[in-house]
Amino acid sequence: MDSFVAIVQVLDSTIRLSVPLLLACLAGLYSERAGIFDIGLEGKMLVGAFAGAAAASVFHSAFIGLGMAILISVAFAMVHGFASITHRGNQIVSGVAINFVAAGSTIILGQAWFQQGGRTPALQPGERFEAIVWPGADAVRGVPILGPIYSELISGHSILVYFAFAMVPFTWWVLFRTRFGLRMRAVGENPAAVDTAGISVAWLRYRALICTGVLTGVAGAYLSMVQNGGFVKDMTAGKGYIALAALIFAKWKPVNAMFACLLFGFLDALSIRLQGTPLPIVGKVPVQFMQALPYVLTVILLAGFIGKAIPPRAGGVPYVKER
Amino acid sequence: MAQAAIELIGINKSFGAVRANRDINLEVARGTIHGIVGENGAGKSTLMSILYGFYQADSGEIHVGGKPVSINTSNDAIALGIGMVHQHFMLVDNFTVLENVILGAENDALLKSSIAKARSELERLEREYGLEVDPDAIIEELPVGLQQRVEILKALYRGAEILILDEPTGVLTPAEADHLFRILKQLKEQGKTVVLITHKLREIMAITDTVSVMRQGTMVATRATKETTVGELAELMVGRRVLLRVEKGQSEAGAIKLSVKNLTVKDSRGVTMVDDVSFDVRGGEIVGIAGVAGNGQSELLEAISGIRHAVSGEVMLEGRPVDLTGKADPGELRDRGLAHVPEDRHHVGLVLAFEENENSILGYHDDERYLKGPFLNVDAIMADAKDKIEKYDIRPGNPRLRTANFSGGNQQKIVLAREMEQDPGVLIVGQPTRGVDVGAIEFIHKRLIAMRDQGKAVLVVSVELDEIRSLSDRILVMFAGRIVGEHGPEATEGELGLLMAGVEHQEAAE
Ligand SMILES: Nc1ncnc2c1ncn2[C@@H]1O[C@H](COP(=O)(O)OP(=O)(O)O)[C@@H](O)[C@H]1O
Ligand SMILES: [Mg+2]
Repeated sequence: MDSFVAIVQVLDSTIRLSVPLLLACLAGLYSERAGIFDIGLEGKMLVGAFAGAAAASVFHSAFIGLGMAILISVAFAMVHGFASITHRGNQIVSGVAINFVAAGSTIILGQAWFQQGGRTPALQPGERFEAIVWPGADAVRGVPILGPIYSELISGHSILVYFAFAMVPFTWWVLFRTRFGLRMRAVGENPAAVDTAGISVAWLRYRALICTGVLTGVAGAYLSMVQNGGFVKDMTAGKGYIALAALIFAKWKPVNAMFACLLFGFLDALSIRLQGTPLPIVGKVPVQFMQALPYVLTVILLAGFIGKAIPPRAGGVPYVKER
Repeated sequence: MAQAAIELIGINKSFGAVRANRDINLEVARGTIHGIVGENGAGKSTLMSILYGFYQADSGEIHVGGKPVSINTSNDAIALGIGMVHQHFMLVDNFTVLENVILGAENDALLKSSIAKARSELERLEREYGLEVDPDAIIEELPVGLQQRVEILKALYRGAEILILDEPTGVLTPAEADHLFRILKQLKEQGKTVVLITHKLREIMAITDTVSVMRQGTMVATRATKETTVGELAELMVGRRVLLRVEKGQSEAGAIKLSVKNLTVKDSRGVTMVDDVSFDVRGGEIVGIAGVAGNGQSELLEAISGIRHAVSGEVMLEGRPVDLTGKADPGELRDRGLAHVPEDRHHVGLVLAFEENENSILGYHDDERYLKGPFLNVDAIMADAKDKIEKYDIRPGNPRLRTANFSGGNQQKIVLAREMEQDPGVLIVGQPTRGVDVGAIEFIHKRLIAMRDQGKAVLVVSVELDEIRSLSDRILVMFAGRIVGEHGPEATEGELGLLMAGVEHQEAAE
C-alpha cells in the first residue's frame, strides 16, 4: 500500500508540474498553427508570472493578479506580432529579444518596486489561488485505491490546473470545429490561400497571438501564484523551451500536447522523488541526469520514434507578396 | 458592343525596379471570353492579380459593371463577383476539397450550416458543369487537373460572375483542357464573363471572342479573335515575326563524343525507370529524345550527368567512362567538357537568391578567369555577366538583380548562357524551352543549332514534340524507360505520337 501511495504522490506532482508546460505548449500551438514561430513563450510566461504576483500582492486579489498577468503577456505577444507580422521581421530574433527583455525587466522592476532582490513580496492567503477541495474528498481518503486517486489526484488543485486541462479539449474544438480554427490552420499552411480567399492574413495571425498571450499569461500566473508564493527571478527556468519541444513532439496537436507535457512533468516529478534514493541495479543516480532526461528523451524520440514531425508549412516565414 | 463587365484604366505597377504593368487600359465585354496573351514576364498575372485585389496598383482606375470601384483586398473583388484561378494554385494542401471551398466563405462561426450548404452547392455545380471531385479528398492527394477543378469550384461557389483563369491549361492533358473549354463556353452562355490568360495561341483561336496582347508590361493590341491570326498574335507578342521552325543546314556528324551502353536506372522505390538504354551522340549532331513526361527521360539525364546512381551500364564521355555511382564530381565532368542544362532550373540550375552575375558563373567559379588569387575577381565576373546578358538578350539587363526577379524564360537564358559559353564538347539540355516564351524559344533553338554547327555533340530531351522535330538530326523515342524507336527529322507527328503512346512497342512485344 505504501508504494501505491508513493505512486499517487508522484502522479499528483506530475500534474502540478505539467500544468505550466501544458499551458505554454497550447499557447505555442495557437501561434505556430497560425504560422508564427514563438521562441518567446519563456519570456511571456516570465512577465506573466511577475505581473501576476506583483499585482496580486499590491491589490490583494488573486484575480486582479491573473488579469494583469494575462494583460502584460498579451502585450508582449503583440510586440512579437508587430515585429514579425506587420514588419515581417525574423520570428526567431523577435522571440529571443522578448526573452531577454523579459528576463531583464522583471528583475529591474522587481527591485525598483519591492526592494527584495528581484522577488515580489510573499503572497498572503487570498492573493494566491488556493486548492479547491472537491466534495467528499476527505471522507473517501481512506477508501483503497479510488480514495487516494479522488482526493489526491482529482481533488485539491487550484482552479488554474482545471483550466489548463479544460483547455485541451477546448483547443481541439477551436482548431477543428470552428471557423476561426479552420482559418488559423489554413494561414499556417498557406497564407496566400487565405489572402486570396478574402481574409486578412495579418489580423488572423494577430488573433492567434492574442490566444498565445492569454495562455502564457495564465502559465506565468500559475508559476508565481500557485506553485510558488510569489515571483522569483528567472522562475520559468526553461519551461518555455520544454513546452516548444513538447509541441514538436506532439506534432502540433492538442491532445498529444497534453500527453507530451504529462510525460515531461512525470520525468520531472520522478527526478525530484528519486533525489538521493538509490535505484535497484544502477544505484544512486545523479540529480542532473534525471533533470536532463526530458531533453534527452525529446532528442531521442524526435530522432526516430515518433515519426516525422511536419510543422505547419508556412511556419517561420513572413508573408511577403512582393519580392 | 455589349456593356463592359470590367474596365481597367491607366494601371501602373512596379515591383522594385521591375515595371510589371505600364499604363494599361483594358475593357472586357460582359458575357464574352476574353483572352490575354503575352510572353512570360509580360505582366499578365500581375494585371489580373490587381483586378483580383491580390496586388494593389500604384496608380490607375478599375470599373466593374460601369461603376468605379476600389479593390484593396481579394475580399473586395469577391464581393464584386470576381473570381480567379491562379497560375500557382491557392489551395491549402492538407485540407479537404470541402474545407478549401468554404475557406473565407463560411458564414457561421461553428461551420455546421456552411458545410451543409457547401455540400449541396458542390453537388449542384458538379451536376451543372460536370465538375466532379470528391469533397472529402485531401488536396495533396489529387492530381493537378482535379486541384484546378477545386479552384474553379471555389470561384463559382462564391458566386463569381467574372472568372479569371491564369494559364489554366499548362497543367492539363488535352482531354482535360477540352473539358475545361466546354465549361468555359457553358459559363459564357449563362452570361458570365471569362478572362483567359494563356500563351498557347491555338487555344486563343479556339475559344475566345476577343484577345488582348501584352508585351513587356504594356498592352499592345486588342483584336476580335475572328479578325486576327496566330501569326499576327505571335508577332504582336514578341514585336517581330517569329520563325516557328528554325532554319538549319545538314548536320555533319563526326566522331562519337557521348556513348551510352545498356544503362539501367532504378528510382528510390526500386522501380526501373531507365531500362537497358543504349545510344551514341556524335559531334556535330543534335539527338533529341521525345516522350511523354515521366517515361524515364529525367532519370536518364541525371544518370548521364553523374548525379543519379545507375544500377548497370556504361556512359563514355569523349572515350572515358563516367562514374555512375551517383557520386560523380560535377566539376570534374565539366572539366572534361560536359555541360548540363538541367530540367529543373529552379532547384538544380540556379540559386534564386543570388544576383544574376553570381549565377552566370556558378559551378565555374573556380575557373582562373574568375579568380584573383584566392578571391573572386568581381570585375571579371561582372564583365562576363554583362557580355552574356548582351549575347543572350537577358532581360532586364541588370547583372546585380536578384535571379528570382527574372521571368522564367530569362532565368533559362541565364543557365543556357552559363553552360554554352564554356565551350563544352558535349551539351545535355533538359526541356530547353519549358516555360519560355515564343521569342526566346526561337533564340534558344538558334543557339543550340549553332553549337551543333561548331561540332559539339548535343543531347536534347523535351516533352514538346514540335521542339524535338524542329531541332533534332536524329529522334529517339522513350516509352516506359526504353528507347522504342529512332527516326530522322522528317518523321511525322503521327509516327512519333504512336511510338510515344507505346502502341508499336506493345504490338512488338506480343
Ligand atoms: N510578387 C512579385 N514580386 C516581384 N516581382 C514580381 C512579382 N510578380 C511578378 N514579378 C515580376 O513582374 C514581371 C511580370 O510578371 P508576371 O505578371 O508574372 O508575368 P506573366 O504572368 O505575364 O508571365 C516579371 O518581371 C516578374 O519577375
Ligand atoms: Mg503569369
